Amino acid sequence: MKESTIMKIHYGTALAAVALVAVHILMRLMGGFAESLEYENVLANYKFVPYAAMLELILILLSVHGFNGLRVILLELKQGRIYEKSVSYGCLAAMIGLIAYGSRTIIMINMGLV
Amino acid sequence: MAQISSIANEQTSTPLSSSKSITLRISRFNPEHDGSSRFMEFSVPVEKWTTVLEAILEVKKHFDHSVAVRYSCRQATCGSCGMIINGKPRLACFTKISELNSDVITVEPMNNFPIIRDLAVKFEKLFDTHQKIKPYLIRDDTELVSDEKEFLQSPEEVEQYIQFANCIKCGLCNSACPTMATDSSFIGPQALAQAYRYVADSRDKGKDSRLKIIDDSHGIWRCHFAGSCSQVCPKGVDPAMGIQLLRGYLLGFRS
Repeated sequence: MKESTIMKIHYGTALAAVALVAVHILMRLMGGFAESLEYENVLANYKFVPYAAMLELILILLSVHGFNGLRVILLELKQGRIYEKSVSYGCLAAMIGLIAYGSRTIIMINMGLV
Repeated sequence: MAQISSIANEQTSTPLSSSKSITLRISRFNPEHDGSSRFMEFSVPVEKWTTVLEAILEVKKHFDHSVAVRYSCRQATCGSCGMIINGKPRLACFTKISELNSDVITVEPMNNFPIIRDLAVKFEKLFDTHQKIKPYLIRDDTELVSDEKEFLQSPEEVEQYIQFANCIKCGLCNSACPTMATDSSFIGPQALAQAYRYVADSRDKGKDSRLKIIDDSHGIWRCHFAGSCSQVCPKGVDPAMGIQLLRGYLLGFRS
């Protein structure tokens, strides 16, 4: 993928994440912050599909943005063909892993496994 | 012959009878012998018009002829005498000692360049990256053939790139760039500014090929917009702005 395409995704995910995280924080503050962290409330949030979809989207946006940022930092730290390929594929694998792990939590709750 | 030599000496040397003198600290390093650099101090007589380059040449003439320094035009045109003067990349011929407001002047080789010896650094990478971005007009026709018309430009079209054409390839921007300090493959502000110079030129048709070259994992996107390149340029070129304008082409804001 061209670096400009990657950076367009990088900037796009940052802007979208800022907007969605703002909505997420506002929703947490509306019901009282302490109560929102209670076990039943957390489960209820995950079971409310539109909100769970937004959380899933935030997870994807932040993972893509964060791991690409990490890739950029690591590429600037050291150079070399093998190193650069390892960093790029390593960050991609970690990003997929984190999204899969986060999605698993939401899916398990919705399937009544928790 | 001896008379000619003495005339030449008079013209190139600051008079030793000057009332004021400063301490010139010169970084000495020979990669063939030394493990690390060290400073040598010289007391040099100066006048208010004395430049750092003249002070270094005074040291070479009267104290230590082995000090290695690259210079040529002495008028900020050739871009040979770039060095770190009191912590900031500057041209030695374009920096008057009186404007530094210090009695101790420290000169070191430019950062982010391999050192040949003392204050002289290798420019190969700078010229390689400059060459890589194709620093010439790309188009099929030519204005050199008699039956072709010359390529006309309006003043507004010239205004788009003219400040970037002032680059003298001194390397001070690359020396000041924090990304160049860590990323040895980074193309650098000098080459990126020159890429913009040709991309913004209305006579040029090579925009796509240049944008392809700089759209690399160690290309334009590694600039953090620190802006130090623009701050140190002795010719008033603004590479940081050129880089942002180039990004506009890649992000689709400019065409």
